[in-house]
Amino acid sequence: MSVAGQGAGPRDEIGFGREDPPPAGERQPARPRPPAVAPGWPAVAISSTGLSKRFRGGQLAVDGVSLAVPAGSVYGFLGPNGSGKTTTIRMLLGLIYPTSGEHELLGTPMPAGATAVLPRVGSLVEGPAFHPQLSGRANLARCDAADRTADPATAADRISAALERVGLLAAARKHYRAYSLGMKQRLAIAAGLLQPRDLMILDEPTNGLDPQGTREVRSLIREIAAGGTTVFVSSHLLAEVEQISTHVGVMRTGQLVFQGTLAEMRDRGAARILVRTAEPEQAVKVLAGRGLADVRSGPHEASAQLGEQRPEEINAALVHAGVPVAGLETPRPSLEDLFVELTGEGFDVHG
Amino acid sequence: MSTAERTAAGWPAQQPRPAGGAGPWVRFLRSELRLIFGRWRNLALLAVLAGIPVLIGVALKLSGPGGGGGGGPAFLDQVAGNGVFLAFASLTVLLTLVLPLTMAVVSGDSMAGEASHGTLRYLLAVPAGRTRLLAVKYAAVVIFGLAACATVAAAALIVGVILFPVGPVTLLSGSTVSLGAGLLRLLLVVLYVAAAMAALGAIGLAVSTFTEHPIGAIAAILVLAVASEVSDAVPQFSAIHPYLPSHWWLSFGAILRSPAGGPELTHGLLSFAVYVIIFAAIAWARFTSADVTS
Repeated sequence: MSVAGQGAGPRDEIGFGREDPPPAGERQPARPRPPAVAPGWPAVAISSTGLSKRFRGGQLAVDGVSLAVPAGSVYGFLGPNGSGKTTTIRMLLGLIYPTSGEHELLGTPMPAGATAVLPRVGSLVEGPAFHPQLSGRANLARCDAADRTADPATAADRISAALERVGLLAAARKHYRAYSLGMKQRLAIAAGLLQPRDLMILDEPTNGLDPQGTREVRSLIREIAAGGTTVFVSSHLLAEVEQISTHVGVMRTGQLVFQGTLAEMRDRGAARILVRTAEPEQAVKVLAGRGLADVRSGPHEASAQLGEQRPEEINAALVHAGVPVAGLETPRPSLEDLFVELTGEGFDVHG
Repeated sequence: MSTAERTAAGWPAQQPRPAGGAGPWVRFLRSELRLIFGRWRNLALLAVLAGIPVLIGVALKLSGPGGGGGGGPAFLDQVAGNGVFLAFASLTVLLTLVLPLTMAVVSGDSMAGEASHGTLRYLLAVPAGRTRLLAVKYAAVVIFGLAACATVAAAALIVGVILFPVGPVTLLSGSTVSLGAGLLRLLLVVLYVAAAMAALGAIGLAVSTFTEHPIGAIAAILVLAVASEVSDAVPQFSAIHPYLPSHWWLSFGAILRSPAGGPELTHGLLSFAVYVIIFAAIAWARFTSADVTS
């Protein structure tokens, strides 16, 4: 783990020496940014142990979730709809009380420390919600008035700045009910930006947005993260967060089935060896003969799990056995495949 | 920031400190009042509360002297002789339904309205603080109730002054006080009725924490208020009459005696205080332990 800056310094050190905000181009690959934590700093912005929620109906919505969200990371919280993501987020923010388990935000036990720590946490929970008869600005003013740590003297400026950041300044005086879905979503993000935050918890921030809106929200998240804020962002689509996340957690029917960096998730995928050949039958024999698992054959190909063996040795064996090798590949399953594998196909709603 | 300023867990001790004193409370309450008084529905209710005294005054004027014929609500007969009594008569009339309805709307909407909009979860995530949110909501309901009672009194007084002679006020006990002293008693009556409505508001606040449907809460509160008034009118229930929330609402007549006050008034205020304490406690117990899933 590399430490970006040494010694006790200002808080941007949890930002582990990021360069300038990445260019807004969308195709840019996820830059691996391992969380480097200065000595004495906690490794996690969100931690939970065995967080569970059983609703009164008896349904176990969240089942023993132990999160570890590294400080400074962009943590993609993935899972199909109904897998318990929103319930988990509601517990993290103290909106609902866990049946068992506990959690901390920024090193502060919740929900006991809610008053102290939540002013440092910006959030978007289950879609935007504001008073329809008030303007965007008036709605933000109300959020700000509810915050006892907010300085009323700077309220107008902070509200303008937040609206500016999400591109809503021009529509600030419009009634919330006249906003498009994208504008509503952006207003909710603006509410999270009224104060400098150490942690942003965003539940499906791109839900219902068109591709352009999705792109804007994504670059906004990048920008927020570049400022040193830990971002915890949920989505039911891997593609939505793949480009911005450093870490992912995957939920399935209330349980956290994977947690780690994107690279770790990729490594989970067992590499295969794929032989393109006119004689797949023969190739299958060779692959099976070398003890490879999960040997399959197709019209002009044969494949198996690579395991610990080296592709060049397999190639030599194939050639030695007289298999006409037209091509050799070692494909890895895509993240999308792994994600589907983790979460299960289709809609299997349990409970 | 030095190492010493960090918390035990290692995060910097840059906890934004709540500004001390009443500042943040006043700011939140102002925001709440702006929300309540900015709603057309609530303003329409205030307009109705102001309009009914006008109707009563005009009707009395048109029916001419002696047109009241006695019988009607208390104080109605005195209006023709002294316009100030239109305020007392209007409060009496409106206490049967429109004032309780107004309180039901505002208090029933207080928590349930935020829940139905989904804004409750954002207020709590701010964090507004559950107890603080309840306190501010209730304070705003009480202030709206006071505004409602004051609106009735002010509208009635204006109409009374325009349509009827105004002068020294003859009290129920027969003695007469100056107009100024009479108006002071009117102010006390307004405060008493506002206290009665504050007690109903506490019941409404509690009901409002149990549902995400403001209309349901409003209906429930109104049914409770009407049921209380109906029970109060049935002699067979006399054993429970003193404990009904509406039983002491009209006891403000005691303020118009000389000397003002008496056991009725004390019982009334005590009853309101008990209702406020019990239902504020229920609201608090419910809301601080409830899962906010809206």
